[in-house]
Amino acid sequence: MATTSHMFMYSLTIQPPTAITQAILGQFAGTKEQQIVTSSGSKLTIHRPDPTQGKVTPLYSQDVFGIIRSLAAFRLAGSNKDYIIIGSDSGRITIIEYVPSQNRFNRIHLETFGKSGVRRVIPGQYLAVDPKGRACIIASVEKNKLVYVLNRNSQAELTISSPLEAHKPQTLVFSIVALDAGYENPVFAALEVDYSESDQDPTGRAYEEVEKLLVYYELDLGLNHVVRKWADPVDRTASMLFQVPGGADGPSGVLVCAEDNITYRHLNQDAFRVPIPRRRGATENPERKRAIIAGVMHKMRGAFFFLLQTEDGDLFKLTIDMVEDDNGQLTGEVKRLKIKYFDTVPLASSLLILKSGFLYVAGEGGNHHFYQFEKLGDDDEEIEFVSDDFSADPTASYEPIFFQPRSAENLNLVETINSLNPLIDSKVANISEDDAPQIFTISGTGPRSTFRTLKHGLEVSEIVESELPSVPSAVWTTKLTRGDEFDAYIVLSFGNGTLVLSIGETVEEVTDTGFLSSAPTLAVQQLGEDSLIQIHPRGIRHILPDRRVNEWPAPQHRSIVAAATNERQVTVALSSGEIVYFEMDADGSLAEYDERRQMTGTVTCLSLGKVPEGRTRSSFLAVGCDDSTVRILSLDPDSTLENKSVQALTAAPSALNIMSMADSSSGGTTLYLHIGLHSGVYLRTVLDEVTGELSDTRTRFLGSKAVKLFQVSVKGQTAVLALSSRPWLGYSDTQTKGFMLTPLDYVGLEWGWNFSSEQCVEGMVGIQGQNLRIFSIEKLDNNILQQSIPLAYTPRRFLKHPEQPFFYVIEADSNVLSPATRARLLEDSKSRNGDATVLPPEEFGYPRANGHWASCIQVVDPLDAKSVIATVELEENEAAVSVAAVPFTSQDDETFLVVGTAKDMTVNPPSSAGGYIHIYRFQEDGKELEFIHKTKVEEPPLALLAFQGRLVAGIGSVLRIYDLGMKQLLRKCQAIVAPKAIVDLQTQGSRIVVSDVRESITYVVYKYQENVIIPFVDDSVPRWTTSTAMVDYETTAGGDKFGNLWLLRCPKKISEEADEEGSGAHLIHERGYLQGTPNRLELMIHVYTQDIPTSLHKAQLVAGGRDILVWTGFQGTIGMLVPFIGREDVDFFQSLEMQLASQSPPLAGRDHLIYRSYYAPVKGVIDGDLCEMYFLLSNDTKMMIAAELDRSVREIERKISDMRTRVAY
Amino acid sequence: MADKLRTLQNLEAMQARYVGTGHADTTKHEFLSNIVRDSYASYIGHPPLLGYMAVGMGESREKVRAMMIEKMVGGVGRPPETQE
Repeated sequence: MATTSHMFMYSLTIQPPTAITQAILGQFAGTKEQQIVTSSGSKLTIHRPDPTQGKVTPLYSQDVFGIIRSLAAFRLAGSNKDYIIIGSDSGRITIIEYVPSQNRFNRIHLETFGKSGVRRVIPGQYLAVDPKGRACIIASVEKNKLVYVLNRNSQAELTISSPLEAHKPQTLVFSIVALDAGYENPVFAALEVDYSESDQDPTGRAYEEVEKLLVYYELDLGLNHVVRKWADPVDRTASMLFQVPGGADGPSGVLVCAEDNITYRHLNQDAFRVPIPRRRGATENPERKRAIIAGVMHKMRGAFFFLLQTEDGDLFKLTIDMVEDDNGQLTGEVKRLKIKYFDTVPLASSLLILKSGFLYVAGEGGNHHFYQFEKLGDDDEEIEFVSDDFSADPTASYEPIFFQPRSAENLNLVETINSLNPLIDSKVANISEDDAPQIFTISGTGPRSTFRTLKHGLEVSEIVESELPSVPSAVWTTKLTRGDEFDAYIVLSFGNGTLVLSIGETVEEVTDTGFLSSAPTLAVQQLGEDSLIQIHPRGIRHILPDRRVNEWPAPQHRSIVAAATNERQVTVALSSGEIVYFEMDADGSLAEYDERRQMTGTVTCLSLGKVPEGRTRSSFLAVGCDDSTVRILSLDPDSTLENKSVQALTAAPSALNIMSMADSSSGGTTLYLHIGLHSGVYLRTVLDEVTGELSDTRTRFLGSKAVKLFQVSVKGQTAVLALSSRPWLGYSDTQTKGFMLTPLDYVGLEWGWNFSSEQCVEGMVGIQGQNLRIFSIEKLDNNILQQSIPLAYTPRRFLKHPEQPFFYVIEADSNVLSPATRARLLEDSKSRNGDATVLPPEEFGYPRANGHWASCIQVVDPLDAKSVIATVELEENEAAVSVAAVPFTSQDDETFLVVGTAKDMTVNPPSSAGGYIHIYRFQEDGKELEFIHKTKVEEPPLALLAFQGRLVAGIGSVLRIYDLGMKQLLRKCQAIVAPKAIVDLQTQGSRIVVSDVRESITYVVYKYQENVIIPFVDDSVPRWTTSTAMVDYETTAGGDKFGNLWLLRCPKKISEEADEEGSGAHLIHERGYLQGTPNRLELMIHVYTQDIPTSLHKAQLVAGGRDILVWTGFQGTIGMLVPFIGREDVDFFQSLEMQLASQSPPLAGRDHLIYRSYYAPVKGVIDGDLCEMYFLLSNDTKMMIAAELDRSVREIERKISDMRTRVAY
Repeated sequence: MADKLRTLQNLEAMQARYVGTGHADTTKHEFLSNIVRDSYASYIGHPPLLGYMAVGMGESREKVRAMMIEKMVGGVGRPPETQE
């Protein structure tokens, strides 16, 4: 760690990546139930699919601090538990298991095989396990293949052998699968190309004749070595293999998936081939060949089938017929392949079929989907194509086959799991005037692209909303007897009376309850076995089960101002500042304690905790007074109403609540005192169960109104509902057990209470204005809410209107027909009486054709309309690449939308027929766009920016300033400032920060007097910049394509010199240093995040929080960098990091520091994700680390959680 | 002399083990081929990078992956004619 850096940032992930690289299925808990394990970035997550509800819920997620490249599940023979093998960048093979009792992953084996990293010859790219769990192969793209033998020892523990090598130099591997060889020797099949000859042949003929081979590697278990058993050429375009069941289930062998065809291959078996059906339709190119990009094999009751997906998303069901002998028995010989269209689902990176009849589609871009099988496509009218009609020879030509795509018949979508992958751009803005800003993102690909609003909050499902005759002040629910499961009454208090409603099939008013209806109520409680208590300003009503009432009247000239109750105790505070205490005695009546306690000020609130299990009373009473104090009084018989402790506050308390909640520090439950203040601040302190001491106070600002607190029950845990200007819920995180405070996505409530009935077991009832609302919270594992609006094509960039809450998204899809072309083709087809049905593109995608672009500009209103309100399609094969809103001084500061486009662009290799800059005028406050004119430029303008009332554009390596003219843009000034291509621009004052596609950033100054652009400082390291943000006038934060985040700063002196009046001539004539500008930027911080940063913002995420750096990653990560203020905290976190890295080393065996220093040594960054691992450790380890750091566990946890909650969620 | 021989043997072992380890007679073509193949292997191996390129090209990840391995076969193209 570079301790010399004088700047430190705390890097924390707010939302982990949501892209799934791979998903595997298995019985990881050792029960009959199947779980799904997914890898996303460095996160390994286990999910539980719930077949009854059709939902997938994450059970546990762990950061492995390494790149997970491949996953495989396997099971030893005779065992009922699946283990997980991880192929990562650690140069090691890792075997882990899921321990359901602890809800943790446990590493069983970690075997080093060589160098770390992700390189050409480092195994880890491919991983395959023998279906009987006897061996696994781990291979690299080129040359290396290692086979490990898996076995068990006499203690039934899993053992792993030393690796057996099956290397073949100068050989590239496309795919590896394990063959189902039954109990014979394990065999692995690889799809290989040997390039050694083509690399030596100057004529190029050898390259033309390169063959792709299907190679069988057999592990001889007797001799303990691997032999290359069989190699046979297959189709040159083949790229994927699938295992065909063997043994008793099938013929064994593999499916070789190539472009346009699928072949069955096996040793000693004939080859069978079927083409991949192509789509029929007016807009489809009949020549276009499809390839298989994902698939899954499923075995059931002796039968098996494959679902294979093409790049259009179409699933095909492939089955294999076997030869039967005279007795009708299967001989194990293949007769034919059959393929037919199944359904269309989104493009998958992994497909999984669950035994319970579900299909899990880990989406390649956009949401993940969970489908239920309605049927297996057995008896439908789809045409089935058989291999009998096609030659198995890969060189033989054949007639292509066609099918008609249709809407889903076999699959039924039951759940969508939100995913932001690929997250292409984001903005942080507050358009809804909440107290915290929202994050707006554009994500997804093609017709499944979305514009999403992300908001911190918990999802609330409303059950009832009903209007009341007048505005109530409070609401309670109560049971009738202690044994009742559900609440029986809802009690509403109004300014002048009380209303009781009974809960049943319907909710209706009841009058004969014994409640006093002519006065407002202060508290309601079910007391003892079967009586009720109503506290009103004039006294306490004790209602016995036979409706008899015992009344305790308040003393003369005094009224009750606050009350607290539990099952056995009642306390009330009088207007005189006296506290009266009652306890239930043996015969069930309330007995007043003979002394009253006089408080110094007026009592504002009281709280009694619940009576702990097995005890007769709660031993503490919390009293809040208007002198801004909270006192804890003892209720023990020998020290009744004596002071235990005092807490001074910043404002008068408005609510108190003592409750015991799950606690991460102690591992069990702890008693907490929750305090709400009139100023809108909420505090939580630990209340010592013995001494009554208050400690570990944590503060949070909730809103502008006085805080009210209520104990509720959510998902089986005790939670606190805190109401201020908006409702919040305090609960324990499902994984870490750490305390979380999250706003509810709901209306502001004035009062709330727990609610439990047969229909809604864990609900809440609340008052909002004149309405009574009953609601519940279904999910506690996700505290970021998403609202999504579909877009037309893959979004590229977007921006917000400078004043209005509208966003302008530019979108472009390559190799897709534009709407105009599509319409023309349809017209042609109609005129020939052909088929002209149009499939909905959201499900089936757009018709594709090479070299075509479909592109548009869409206006999105996320606030009111919650949809796209206008679309401008681009024509003539232009694709939008950049966007800016520019106020032109020459047009009276009117703001125009400027869109840069590229004509006839090809991405690989990069080329285009020039670009255009379009100018649009905002119409109707920005709801519509009016095209003004467009200006041709020599290269696509990849970056546009408003600059001093004009437009600055990055066109290739040229930076150019334009003004707006009548017919086109007017060139004012230009300079070559970047080596390759300008991709991003930022500005402050007359300084422009120019990002190059692969040469980091350059600072440029514009001299208005001389009208020149002068680059004056650049970087010494080539960074392939994706996105930048200016943090201050000297400093720029940026991200690059390899997943690094960095902060670069211009030396103060150089920065000042550049801005000096009349320094232009000096700057121009200063001699450049090493073919660059005269000066160099200084690196302030550097960290590897794995995910590619796509946008960075300096922003505030919570009300009253500091400015932080928020970044979003391509795979859906949202992260932040928080600057440290003091050196003290840095030292603490550095030593904590060190302890954590050594006490709980990363799961996949990658060294943490090396991982964060993947491309360049980590500098000036504390890894918050590692620090938060502390919550997940066992208590012993926590204590050990705490001892090393000379602090308490609670203190460490507080420091870690403060880093997060002070500035973010 | 023995030292020199050992160094040479070590180097040869390295070259056999780690593809791309250079030697005094590395030609430009070999050098460039190694760089190109290393780069493609790295693009394939880093999931975010592969996804990033796939979105850029408007193709599926699996197709881009296969295409890149295919490009590794060719390397930088034909080797130069060797003069005997």
